[in-house]
Amino acid sequence: MHNDAILSVKNLEKQFGPGCSTCHNESTRKLEKNYCPQCGTVYACRNISFNLFPGEILGIVGESGSGKSTLMQCLYFDEAATSGELILNNQEFQEENVLELSSQQKRYIRNYHFGMVYQNPLKGLKMDFSAMGNIAEKLIAAGGRNVAEMESIGKTLLEKVHIPLFRMKEEPKRFSGGMQQRVQIAKALSNNPPILFLDEVTTGLDLSVQASVLDLIKTIQRELGISMIVVSHDLAVIRMLADRTLVMLNGEIIEEGLTDQILEDPQNPYTQQLVYSLL
Amino acid sequence: MNQHHFAFFDEGSKKEIRRTILKAVAIPGYQVPFSSREMPIARGWGTGGLQITLSIIGREDCLKVIDQGSDESVNAVSIKKLVHNTTSVEITERTQEATIIQSRHRIPEIPLQGGQILVLQVPTPEPLRQVEPREYMTKILHSEEEYSGAWLQLFEQIMKYGRTATGADHPVYVNSRYVMAPSPIPRFDNVKMNESDALILLGAGREKKIYAIPPYTDVQSLAFEDYPFAVEEFSGKSCRFCGATDVFLDEVLDSATGDVHYQCNDTSYCLEQLNSHEKAKEESSYA
Ligand SMILES: Nc1ncnc2c1ncn2[C@@H]1O[C@H](COP(=O)(O)OP(=O)(O)OP(=O)(O)O)[C@@H](O)[C@H]1O
Ligand SMILES: [Mg+2]
Ligand SMILES: [Zn+2]
Repeated sequence: MHNDAILSVKNLEKQFGPGCSTCHNESTRKLEKNYCPQCGTVYACRNISFNLFPGEILGIVGESGSGKSTLMQCLYFDEAATSGELILNNQEFQEENVLELSSQQKRYIRNYHFGMVYQNPLKGLKMDFSAMGNIAEKLIAAGGRNVAEMESIGKTLLEKVHIPLFRMKEEPKRFSGGMQQRVQIAKALSNNPPILFLDEVTTGLDLSVQASVLDLIKTIQRELGISMIVVSHDLAVIRMLADRTLVMLNGEIIEEGLTDQILEDPQNPYTQQLVYSLL
Repeated sequence: MNQHHFAFFDEGSKKEIRRTILKAVAIPGYQVPFSSREMPIARGWGTGGLQITLSIIGREDCLKVIDQGSDESVNAVSIKKLVHNTTSVEITERTQEATIIQSRHRIPEIPLQGGQILVLQVPTPEPLRQVEPREYMTKILHSEEEYSGAWLQLFEQIMKYGRTATGADHPVYVNSRYVMAPSPIPRFDNVKMNESDALILLGAGREKKIYAIPPYTDVQSLAFEDYPFAVEEFSGKSCRFCGATDVFLDEVLDSATGDVHYQCNDTSYCLEQLNSHEKAKEESSYA
């Protein structure tokens, strides 16, 4: 592990399907985009390695199907990675590959060290529970047993994400898409996680709403110094938020570097295409 | 349907249910699946409890059946009939005489004793069902002792009503390990499960689950630090028939006068109180 990194990923692989004799071996593998035409196995993440440093926002950009969400879900333990390592700079799990811990220990890391904002708010929120209840869910999972304390944390967070407090007992299903993402962000922040994963937080939102959610993320990062991984297929979002960026294609990282550098002087032909189409 | 078997079931079926019960007793609060059988009463009318009763009952047993505190409801009567017709065991209304008490929605007011078995009928055995519809997921949650969902439900009630509003079936932590649905008994009865002298067996026919609380098991109702668990409040009220105050009371509205009255929900307890008052009166008048 890189000494300063707060999170390190090494050779992470995620495949959907059992594979066949041709695709099992990397050297004989002949994939079409990310899947084996012989057996249909999808290689959604291939040999993914990177570091996340304290206080930085790391962007991951790539077209639809390139494996961004799958990677996030492997890091957040929603999906079991096929192989690879995830190492946290954390006293309790020093030098351990946390992907190999028991599901109880993974749950613990999720509840105490990670926050997640899903691409689809249906995945991150209980739509029939109050906004406050949704935030409390994370606090309860992290051992919260005092209603007044949890309520006061929830109120502070809802204010931070600009949800008027008179709506805190309403169910997110009655909220707009932008508000739902804000509740997700409040929930993800509730246990003060050192690491936050954000998957396409602004996709599907109106431009003006997008801008305010992005603003919010910037502010939170500045104020709380949380390390974040921000996934988007939209380079404009990445440009606004990310200090460094990884470019993914067909499950692989094809380019990485400072966001400014990638945008000004892309090396990989695919990235060049991506950047020039944005201009 | 075979009328020749003692207690309705063939021996094989009874043995299988008994094995399930033994496993349930060995893991307090854990829902053990069993192959619930067709019964001559509709599922949802106590078939889970009935299957337990029929598989544990012996010729020397004495059975009491109550439904929401009443020994005489149609449902209780039809269960008693079925058990009596197939076993000829003695039937009683007196809690202290019974060796097996099958009940829906209540635990009797007279404290249960060692050696007695309380069989509770359960409609929905899974305390996490409302937050997690998938059975394989709730299984994982139990195995990992991940009960955030149960707490979240209580939190939501406090948000909405300012207190935990579980009318019945308030979840309990059994033996500091499994969160369990106590069946739709009032919170008033939850406390009777803790360190109970009697064995408590719970059966869900439709959901095909049996679970248990062995005698002298720690059973705690879930509650937040700043919202302690509280039973239904009847202070200042008493039964209009027998005068009892420390029991679960039903509220009855007199439609003619518009007055609200209170009376014992456990009718056999009420009757017994009345009889003993009568007796005391007689004795004092003889004296
Ligand atoms: N459960 C699954 N079973 C099979 N294939 C899957 C599964 N989940 C994802 N995939 C495949 O894995 C690949 C990566 O999908 P993923 O959702 O990670 O892409 P993405 O980069 O997040 O795309 P988008 O920008 O559309 O969100 C795709 O080819 C997808 O079809
Ligand atoms: Mg995605
Ligand atoms: Zn293949």
